[in-house]
Amino acid sequence: MAKVIKSGQVVADGWQVLRLADGDNPESVAVPPGPVLVPLAVWQARQADLAGRTELGVWLDSQEPASALAEAIDRLPVVAVNFPKFADGRGYSTATLLRTRYGFRGELRAIGDVQRDQFFFLQRCGFDCLQPAEGKYSDAQLEAALASLADFSEPYQGAVDRPAPVWRRLQRGVAA
Amino acid sequence: MYRYDVIDQRIVDERVAQFRDQTRRYLAGELSEDEFRPLRLQNGLYIQRHAPMLRIAVPYGALRSVQLRMLARIAREYDRGYGHFTTRQNIQFNWPELPKVPEILALLASVEMHAIQTSGNCIRNFTSDPFAGVAGDERIDPRPWAEILRQWSTFHPEFAYLPRKFKMAVNGAAEDRAVIRVHDIGLEVYRNAAGETGFRVLVGGGLGRTPIIGKEIAAFVPWQHVLTYCEAILRVYNLHGRRDNLYKARIKILVQALGIDEFRRQVEDEWQHLKDGPSTLTEDEVHRVADQFEDPAYEALSDGDPDYLQLLQANKPFAAWARRNVRHHKRAGYVSVVISLKKTGVPPGDITAEQMDLVADWADAYSFGELRVTHEQNLVLADVRQTDLFALWQQLRDAGLATPNIGLLTDIICCPGGDFCALANAKSIPIAEAIQSRFDDLDYLYDVGNIEINISGCMNACGHHHVGNIGILGVDKNGEEWYQVTIGGAQGNDASIGKVIGPSFAAAEMPAVIEALLDTYVAQRFEDELFVDTVRRVGVEPFKTRVYGGRVGGKKVANG
Repeated sequence: MAKVIKSGQVVADGWQVLRLADGDNPESVAVPPGPVLVPLAVWQARQADLAGRTELGVWLDSQEPASALAEAIDRLPVVAVNFPKFADGRGYSTATLLRTRYGFRGELRAIGDVQRDQFFFLQRCGFDCLQPAEGKYSDAQLEAALASLADFSEPYQGAVDRPAPVWRRLQRGVAA
Repeated sequence: MYRYDVIDQRIVDERVAQFRDQTRRYLAGELSEDEFRPLRLQNGLYIQRHAPMLRIAVPYGALRSVQLRMLARIAREYDRGYGHFTTRQNIQFNWPELPKVPEILALLASVEMHAIQTSGNCIRNFTSDPFAGVAGDERIDPRPWAEILRQWSTFHPEFAYLPRKFKMAVNGAAEDRAVIRVHDIGLEVYRNAAGETGFRVLVGGGLGRTPIIGKEIAAFVPWQHVLTYCEAILRVYNLHGRRDNLYKARIKILVQALGIDEFRRQVEDEWQHLKDGPSTLTEDEVHRVADQFEDPAYEALSDGDPDYLQLLQANKPFAAWARRNVRHHKRAGYVSVVISLKKTGVPPGDITAEQMDLVADWADAYSFGELRVTHEQNLVLADVRQTDLFALWQQLRDAGLATPNIGLLTDIICCPGGDFCALANAKSIPIAEAIQSRFDDLDYLYDVGNIEINISGCMNACGHHHVGNIGILGVDKNGEEWYQVTIGGAQGNDASIGKVIGPSFAAAEMPAVIEALLDTYVAQRFEDELFVDTVRRVGVEPFKTRVYGGRVGGKKVANG
């Protein structure tokens, strides 16, 4: 079972991420039973037959817009955003939009090339579940990586986690 | 000048701890080269030809004496006794050892400095007018705005992994001394007809491979909304800027592809959601920051001190220096002094640790303990009493820092080039030196007058060659170093991109090429006409004819 970080803790996780292989057809690919995150294309093609499943979420790839989920946002318990490479930063804006523009309240999960040195930024943009690639970290490394969630205690600017910038949150100008 | 509060200090302290742990994991093999690269770059750490290069942020070019002394200490203890000021008003060290970089960052943090976002695909150090606060033509002091924007951009979580680097500059005077027209976002702060403060916003300017003058996206964004407006621009860029091709990833390419009107529409759409949100600035916060840029305790003085005027008459070298290196100040009896880092034989922008200590002492003695870095790679003591000028000049001269050449031919902007930089196609420092050596006659330099020669060792254009009146670009042709020459570029309010005059030259030819260009100018100019104005009036052709005319069948000429 995959390990993910939720609410500052390492937990075992039963959700599968369905990724299309070359030649897979979104219309016909088998969606495994149990909790599963499907690609946007599968979800768009099969909304009707997937509608009955409660443990079903959608993942967006880095070029897919948050607006694609606008209509269904309240029905999805989990939305994931894929980072094909950690340096592809589109997912930060996508997550911000899902939270602030489309009001997504469910679990927002970062998948793909998710590494500890980006945890702080991911969390700030509204991700509450971080799923490093399987095998990326040992259990001990993943526990150690929790420290990166707290790299900075009082960031300057507002973001999803703390919408107010620091000068609205705290008294500024106290001498260092 | 801005002083850190507990929050600012904690952020740089936490950055040191974070980078110390990242470096440890890299050295222990837990982070791969590819994984570590963006992390170290966002701390200004490059792997160069000889050693890592560490670029330290000097936000909008402002330094206190205590900070410069720390840079001197770092130069001595962790480098080879010197540093290099850059065209982004930062300082670079060429020889630090990677395992010791966390120590250096800790020393920097102890004097309210850092290397955050001095490289990488993120919002870089903010640049501004080196004469902010003292220039007579200033409308609004840009420094508080640069500081507010610096804080907003520092570790902005949404914009840490942009398609490409992102450079911003703020100017607040009638004359643009921050080159805002060639920045990803250029901001001009001013008061509108109703007396309200706001920003003219330019977007999509830049040098590099595709030099473009920025376009106006907004004529007036009220000050309250400057952060949300910039956020909207950055979001559109982050989502839609190209990531498939490194050379087409800057915002200027996106703006060009969409057209400024469509780009503006997308930004305005985005902004409607952000405007009036929590990032809307408050008067309290603006005052908190602006209060730290209040004028220092100027004395009531008058211009034209008789002793000073007498010395100008009596001492020719002093008068020559005062004519070029001393600038008008908004307060009577005060001037701003430009310390030239363009002495022939010294790489442009380089300064030794001993000189740094001396400049720090002079800042304390003569300029309220502060100094500025210019994007032309010189230093400024902004608030010097006219009556102190002679004493200061004598000390500058003894330290080799009184070269009277500000704005002249030998005040060359130059990147480190192939001697240091791993990206460079060709050396740039020896070209600068060869030109400086050829034109060592002050009378001739004064006769030629204001002219900017800018040299870059590669397309990345750190030496701003596109906006040099004469631009020199190092190119690689089959493993050999060649130099392409442009003329007619300019910075400032009429910023323009220079035009290539023809096939490139070998290094040894460069002084003669410059001479031919200057001869053409001297022959063609109207009285008092600047080099760049002559080029604009007569075009490239006469210059081209003169430069290439003497060549036999173009034999020594490489293609392109």
